[in-house]
Amino acid sequence: MSALSLHKRVEENTGLLIFGILLVSSIGGLVQILPVLNQESLQEPTANTQPYTAVELTGRDIYIREGCSVCHSQQIRPLIAEVERYGPYSRAGEFVYDRPFLWGSKRTGPDLHRVGGKFSDDWHRVHLIDPRSVVPESIMPGYPWLASRDASQAGDIVAKMRALSTLGHPYTQEQIDAAESDLEGLLEIDALIVYLQMLGTGLDEEIIR
Amino acid sequence: MSATEATKVEVARAASDPLFDSSVESYEDKVVIRLIQFSVIWAVVAMTAGVYLSAELLWPTIDFGQFWLSFGRLRPLHTNGIIFGFGVSALMATGFYSVQRTSHVRLYSPRLAWFCCYAWQLIVLLGGLSLLAGWNSTKEYAELEWPFDIAIAIVWVLFGVVFFGTIATRKIRPIYISNWFYGALIIVIAMLHIVNNLAIPVTLGKSYSLYAGAQDAVVQWWYGHNAVGFLLTGGFLGMMYYFLPKHSGRPIWSYRLSVVAFWAFTYSYIWAGPHHLHYSAIPEWVQSLAVVMSVILLAPSWATMINGIMTVSTAWEKLKTDPALKFIVLSLAFYGLATFEGPMMSFPSVNVVSHFTDWTIGHVHSGALGWNAMITYGTFYFMVPRLVGVPLYNVRLANLHFWLALAGTMLYIVSMWGAGVSQGLLWLSVDEIGELSFSFKDIMASMQPFYALRLIAGLIFLIGTCFMAFNLFKTLAGKHAVVVKVPPVDPAYAMAKEVTA
Repeated sequence: MSALSLHKRVEENTGLLIFGILLVSSIGGLVQILPVLNQESLQEPTANTQPYTAVELTGRDIYIREGCSVCHSQQIRPLIAEVERYGPYSRAGEFVYDRPFLWGSKRTGPDLHRVGGKFSDDWHRVHLIDPRSVVPESIMPGYPWLASRDASQAGDIVAKMRALSTLGHPYTQEQIDAAESDLEGLLEIDALIVYLQMLGTGLDEEIIR
Repeated sequence: MSATEATKVEVARAASDPLFDSSVESYEDKVVIRLIQFSVIWAVVAMTAGVYLSAELLWPTIDFGQFWLSFGRLRPLHTNGIIFGFGVSALMATGFYSVQRTSHVRLYSPRLAWFCCYAWQLIVLLGGLSLLAGWNSTKEYAELEWPFDIAIAIVWVLFGVVFFGTIATRKIRPIYISNWFYGALIIVIAMLHIVNNLAIPVTLGKSYSLYAGAQDAVVQWWYGHNAVGFLLTGGFLGMMYYFLPKHSGRPIWSYRLSVVAFWAFTYSYIWAGPHHLHYSAIPEWVQSLAVVMSVILLAPSWATMINGIMTVSTAWEKLKTDPALKFIVLSLAFYGLATFEGPMMSFPSVNVVSHFTDWTIGHVHSGALGWNAMITYGTFYFMVPRLVGVPLYNVRLANLHFWLALAGTMLYIVSMWGAGVSQGLLWLSVDEIGELSFSFKDIMASMQPFYALRLIAGLIFLIGTCFMAFNLFKTLAGKHAVVVKVPPVDPAYAMAKEVTA
């Protein structure tokens, strides 16, 4: 009876209803998210995981801009078939410098988390411009425009690295100062290839073997 | 259907009914009409983008080397156009329409409502263009970059001011159940949107998420899952709870069940997000908890569906003649299907097959086409003739639309089940010595027949939507909004202060 009369008040009071919805809907998030945000093991990089260099970061932001994560995941599940197909399963510590995360939700194309080192730079260059010239069955779109734009025009790299420093990525002043010259002479496609080639190399050599 | 209702309105007006006394407040319905128009436009635009995307999977060169037609840029335009253009405009339209009628009061600050209407359309338009330009945060259904995130937050709060302002100034004591769902939509989406999009801006079109890696994943799917939960499910349930009883002429089968299901829904939905991250690097307890809560979620979901079906259970004969009611009832069936499939897909043993495949795409569309689009179409066919006081331009065309929508949705779901289950099983398949049975590209190449069927399904659905756009346009052409006066309140339900005054 008292529960019913309490509910009658909620049903007839705008403020109580707003408060009730806010209260009830926030519990799940608080219980699940706060512990995860405070879990230090999720923030510890694996042995070879470093903050992205100026070129890698530029390549990664091109990957983001072109929406590559729409069709390619970067998350290998701990299943026999996946480990055989792609390589060692993904660890949390490999993603600590990933803002945003790029695990994806759909594999129209294959997972790319361990794609680094699997193909040559030349293969990637040809494949990105015209995928069907190297993989006839491919349904990936070509990205010819990446080969005609300078990597330095893909965003203010110094501002990017400063922003990431603010968020705790351990860049040195030298790295930030050298960022613009690192990108000199590179095209967008070069930066993207550098990023693809470092993907998944953050684990210890032993585990990868 | 609407013809008789509309005639009544005309007759009432001619007889200078006291309802048309100019000293009595009238509902603000012009903004509702405008929002419906925008919603239909976005439906056609975003569904056309979807059909084009599905064609690109068959003929990958039809982007003609143009960056803005590229799959990775066009796909977020499709999803955002549907959710924020078509979906939110429809929710604003139906929300404004129903909150006035359930509160017996004119919209709180119509000028603010008009501002929300146009500001929102500007966000969708410019936001869509920014996605094509490559401004993309990649967080699914939250792809828009930080300037748009801020604009969305502001307009959303103003939407809340109009909505809750109307409820706060209502003349009738109880707050009707549909308003709770619209209210939950406004409050919870505001919370999710702000928390998930926190980021450090770098330039106008680029920012870095405040969260990194696995933590970012948990925050994103807390958002992503509940954007589906409170926008595409909760908001549209608000639509259902107003328009279904109204249109079938039957009270809700069990009002108490609707109340219980509301709180259960609001509480349990929020927990289910991490089932999008099975077998990933997030903590295992978070994944397990999400499975349990996903299964629990089946109870309020089906309670709501059963409540809706039972409400029309004594009015089945209306389905023979009324396309609007047909759409609404069918949408409930798809709601039941999608809310059953969801918890099933959250089981790790099913998810291991379905995750990363086209099954997910099929699941999303059984909800988006079968539930969201159909109930919206039903409410539009219901509202538009009433709003301008004329019968629907062509009822037969609306009936044809119904069958096209059903055929398109069924074909879409079935083709994606075929594609998704094949992909999932073939990817995982290993032979007797533990070697992979199939290469990725062979599996990918075998998807072409399914993708072709899906393209046809999408086209059928899009053609139906275009028929509706034409039908509603002809119904509205040259007409003015009917002035509907706020009816007197039954003293038994009037606010206490009204009674004493």
